[in-house]
Amino acid sequence: MFYRETGQFKSSYAADMAIFPIRQDRIALWVVLAAAFVAVPLLDFFQVWPFGGEYILRAILIPFLILSLAAIGLNILTGYCGQLSLGSGAFMAIGAYSTYKFCTGVHIPLELFTISIPPLPVLPSILLGALMSAFVGILFGIPSLRIKGLYLAVATLAAQFFFDWVFIRVKWFTNYTSSGSVAAPDLVFFGFTVTTPIHRYLLCLVFVSIFALLAKNLVRGNIGRQWMATRDMDIAAELMGIRPLYAKLSAFALSSFVMGVAGALWAFVYLGAWEPLAFNIDRSFQILFMVIIGGLGSILGSFLGAAFILVLPILLDQVPHALGVPVSVETVSLLVFVVTGALICWLLIVEPRGFARLWSTGKEKLRLWPYPY
Amino acid sequence: MIAFGQFLEVLVSGLLAGVLYSLVALGFVLIFKASGVFNFAQGAMVLLAGLALVRSLDFMVAKGLPFWAAIIIALLFAALIMAITAWLVERFVLGPLINQDGLTLFMSTIGVTFMIEGGAQMLFGSDVYPLRLFPSDAWFLFESSFPGGILVSKIDVWGGMIAAVLVVGLALFFQKTKTGRALRAVADDHAAAQSVGISLNWIWFIVWLVAGLVALVAATVWGTKLGVQFSITFLALKALPVLIIGGFTSVPGAIVGGLIIGAGEKIAEAYLGPFIGGGIEYWFAYVLALVVLMARPQGLFGERIIERI
Repeated sequence: MFYRETGQFKSSYAADMAIFPIRQDRIALWVVLAAAFVAVPLLDFFQVWPFGGEYILRAILIPFLILSLAAIGLNILTGYCGQLSLGSGAFMAIGAYSTYKFCTGVHIPLELFTISIPPLPVLPSILLGALMSAFVGILFGIPSLRIKGLYLAVATLAAQFFFDWVFIRVKWFTNYTSSGSVAAPDLVFFGFTVTTPIHRYLLCLVFVSIFALLAKNLVRGNIGRQWMATRDMDIAAELMGIRPLYAKLSAFALSSFVMGVAGALWAFVYLGAWEPLAFNIDRSFQILFMVIIGGLGSILGSFLGAAFILVLPILLDQVPHALGVPVSVETVSLLVFVVTGALICWLLIVEPRGFARLWSTGKEKLRLWPYPY
Repeated sequence: MIAFGQFLEVLVSGLLAGVLYSLVALGFVLIFKASGVFNFAQGAMVLLAGLALVRSLDFMVAKGLPFWAAIIIALLFAALIMAITAWLVERFVLGPLINQDGLTLFMSTIGVTFMIEGGAQMLFGSDVYPLRLFPSDAWFLFESSFPGGILVSKIDVWGGMIAAVLVVGLALFFQKTKTGRALRAVADDHAAAQSVGISLNWIWFIVWLVAGLVALVAATVWGTKLGVQFSITFLALKALPVLIIGGFTSVPGAIVGGLIIGAGEKIAEAYLGPFIGGGIEYWFAYVLALVVLMARPQGLFGERIIERI
């Protein structure tokens, strides 16, 4: 009843091929965008509850946006192209550290000549850093031409551990700081310095909106269909004339690019100063969880999964306080572990396809309501 | 001869450390063979078994029981805990997930990992607990042939012997007992095994129980070496490259893979480490696995039927 497309006729080819062909979807999207771009800054400006202080922006909204972006990146690879990866943290780290290097200037003295790049502005640095990440992604995607599934997952673990080590041990990447931790330079975009949380939030929002739109368009176009064909049955895809080399490596490249951007944002915008630990194996698992819980092969699912995985521990943290039960901090953190694990198992049992599937079931129900058929 | 003596020492310590990786990898292989589940929770199970063992042991020693009796009771207690875990996992996680694809099952075992890690530390505490089951000093061998001799720590030798006993025991169990044969039948074909009257749920419980007991054995050795602590679960990640090298379905493969990884990373650390900066133990195993994957995707001992592209 609420979600019926009856009467929405498509009179042109463009209308038929629109990203959101159903009017309700378009309205919902505009509402969400308006809320994100207009309502949140307004609420923040007037300090309306729950925006008193910076907690909501700093601890929830900014990490949510960045991790959603990373989840979109992994979803391209795992959800659409079917290549399981446990190395997301590594690709985020490459994005972050390359961006840092481009920001502070690259200087490599070689035998014959010296590679020397002057310090670049932040935006080109982020894009170049993401390109580096894409390049390494292609490199570590090569094994996917021979192996798949869990074997590939272990191969991507190699990337994870190797780059963890590289960024700890190779001092060049951290500009020889003694502690090994790195502080991001000022975020100057087109002469405007981003400092306050709300500006940081808007910056992330712009990035996430652009990349979500790009990803949504990619996966419904030619290349996205190639990925999905490869995922569903690689041999059949090959027989249809899809080159597995091209399909898989392009998925690796684009996914690593998006994750590189996410990593750069995570380091520069969210953390400000960071250590290699910020991108360790736990981060990879966190993002994998977001993708699986949210729904493999769904851009919307990436956002839902990110929200769930990020907000759940925060909520669980608050529950004992709210109930007035005195529990030690350590017990709470362990409890968060147990409950997260249990919820993941429960969700996998109830709906192995994640929140995105629940959402589409919900839409189906809304279409028929109040009649059962 | 100093260099050769050093090499031997590095090799032996690497091989014996590799045995410990093998012990964890064995648990993976058992479950993967019998149920096709890639059990990520094996490391967490080692932690749980270790914590249950060391805490009950400390408790009973504090109560004044003789040490040998305390050890036996503590081992039984830890085994009971592993049995309960196996039952819970089978009943509430894997049972409802029958017929899902491998990725979903893998994810669910990551969920199980979280539950076990959190639960074990809530029940038994989250500090570092030293475990003293085996002597932890060292022998010096061949002092006549090499100056200074070769240093071999006793705990590593104990670990090696225990692993050998365990492998023989498992081989006998799989070959000679009725349950073992049923396990192999299930590994071959679920449907066929069911049709001759083998209960899948029971078999899966047994498999998780056996994997839990293997985890207990691994915990005794790891725990004596490093103390029972949370970082044991990270060491278990090292079992993944062991599996890649040995093959997911082969018990001897797990042992040989563990030895290769153990010796390889110690030798690489000793001879390559000084040139490219220390700590390459951290990733060497994975890169080695990557190389093996490119050359021989089914591992050294795996079955050839893995999906090739």
